[in-house]
Amino acid sequence: MSGGRALPGRTSPRRAPSGRASAGPALAGRTTAGGVLRHAAVWAIGAFVAVPLLYAVISGFKTTGDLTANPFGLPSDWRPSNYSGILSSGAFWRQIGNSAMIAVGTALLTVAASALAAFAFARYAFRGREVFFTLFAMGLMFPFAVAVLPLFVLLRTFGLLDNPLGVVLPQAAFGLPMTIIILRGFFRTIPAELEEAAVMDGCGRFGFFWRILLPMARPALGTVSVLAIVTSWNNFFLPLLVFTDPKWQTIPVGVQQFQGQYSTDYALVLAYVVLAMVPALAFYAVAERQLIGGLTAGATKG
Amino acid sequence: MTLSVETGDRPVDSARARNRPGRGRYRGRESARPARRIRDWASVTWFLVPALLLFALFVLVPIAVALYTSLFRWGGFGPPEDFVGLGNYTRLFDDPVFRGDLWRGLFLVVLSIAVQLPFALGTAVLLNQRLPGRAVYRTLFFAPYVLSEVVTGVLFGMIFLPGDGLADHLLDGVPVLDGLAGRWFSDPSTALPTVFLVMTWKYFGFHMMLYLAGLQSIPSEVLEAAAIDGAGPWRRFRHVTLPLLGPTLRISVFLSVIGSIQLFDLVWVTTSGGPTHSSETMAVTMFQFGFKRYQVGYAGAISVVMFAVSLVFSLLYQRFALRRDLRGAVTSMGAGR
Repeated sequence: MSGGRALPGRTSPRRAPSGRASAGPALAGRTTAGGVLRHAAVWAIGAFVAVPLLYAVISGFKTTGDLTANPFGLPSDWRPSNYSGILSSGAFWRQIGNSAMIAVGTALLTVAASALAAFAFARYAFRGREVFFTLFAMGLMFPFAVAVLPLFVLLRTFGLLDNPLGVVLPQAAFGLPMTIIILRGFFRTIPAELEEAAVMDGCGRFGFFWRILLPMARPALGTVSVLAIVTSWNNFFLPLLVFTDPKWQTIPVGVQQFQGQYSTDYALVLAYVVLAMVPALAFYAVAERQLIGGLTAGATKG
Repeated sequence: MTLSVETGDRPVDSARARNRPGRGRYRGRESARPARRIRDWASVTWFLVPALLLFALFVLVPIAVALYTSLFRWGGFGPPEDFVGLGNYTRLFDDPVFRGDLWRGLFLVVLSIAVQLPFALGTAVLLNQRLPGRAVYRTLFFAPYVLSEVVTGVLFGMIFLPGDGLADHLLDGVPVLDGLAGRWFSDPSTALPTVFLVMTWKYFGFHMMLYLAGLQSIPSEVLEAAAIDGAGPWRRFRHVTLPLLGPTLRISVFLSVIGSIQLFDLVWVTTSGGPTHSSETMAVTMFQFGFKRYQVGYAGAISVVMFAVSLVFSLLYQRFALRRDLRGAVTSMGAGR
């Protein structure tokens, strides 16, 4: 496999630096033994990731009896009834709607409050700036789970249980640190001359922020919004506590409830799991760049 | 993350702010500086108020509430009255389940650092090479990160179902691994490792992405220079790539530890902490006492300890592990910005 097909042109002195760790012009791995190994490794990891997902999708088309008798193979006949049954139930769509509404609300609030604060942190020198900034930055160190119990007590006191705001407000608060840090980094890259020019033209401080800075920061705002939406969409702990009324349940809570309710109908539960995955994966497909950009920026820039 | 933010760029910044040809000067109000300060403060306040209010109400106040209520024996209703001082804390550290939580947390942290992160790093190195379809692999490996822990947990609960699940069927007849059949989440000795396996499935792609970003910021000239000096692939990796990846690795360790401290959803959905507490985490214990047994004061003490563990870890980590990154920022992370 290895020697035979190597083209003379390719085995130039370039070969030396093209090793494992090189990001450089590695040989097209197909012809070398190392290449085969690499492919095998990537395939194995790919199977590790993909098999559970495929298993769920395929199992959703089986009956539970079929699934226990024949766990791997394709279904003897593809029965969409599990999927169609869930899709025609009001509960599933209501949960999707609740999750979407809460995610959008959280993202709007987080980004709005963070953008204002990040603007102040990025562009003004004022006393106490570092203290306040450190305060927000410290928020990154506190896991959500730490605050969930007292939050519940607090929300009950405010009468925010069974109210979407009871989820939106805390989620937005916990989203602030990361969002402020990313946005501050971005706002800093916008040259000060621009603000001076705007001010000369009679633009107020807020006018500059609203009409010039925010439109320029659209990519960064997109990134942080995507992060906020995904975090909110996947949150389980808080909605679990805040919503006792099923009409407010979000999709993660719904999945858990569904599993409890139909625990022996494996194929049906897996179909529900698959349908619950679809929006998240679709969103990932659309916003992959923002999501990954935001996560790596959040981890490295700060 | 946040931790390298304020690296002495403040003097530069405020100097820049001061040198800015302010409006004042154009209007001949050089002397009006104090007045401008106040106006600055006024407008800066408006920018900060929404974020500060949210943050104070829903992050700081809850932490204070937890601190306060943890000093009472309190069922969660009415004002806390039965003051017990540090009684909840002494009870906590006498409780074998809670002490077990700490050990299990440490177990997950150690496994993450020893297995999950190296696995992610290996994958990143693999995908950093020219490989047909590597963009597809990257997208696929990251995909589980986008799913919620609940969905992941329910899915793997099905896969590891004793007898009927996919895992048992897959291992049917495989030597050695065969012994795992029927155990997974339902045996005390395998429940926590199984949780870890699912964590790895869900999170290795995230760390891989971080490493890929780090790897791509390493200038290829450095590696080529090492190669010309006769360093083989392993030595190039060990002595060039790895050190230059240091800051990324340290951040990823940090995120992994914080994630392990607060682990709840996944455990709650798969095992609820069982069997016999063998996969219970601090957050699960807190939930049990706070929301199932209505010992809210005691559960508050658990929250406080979680808070303290995160805080102490963060501060120590920042002090000893991340501090170096601030100095090295110019050579390594700086390139990636």
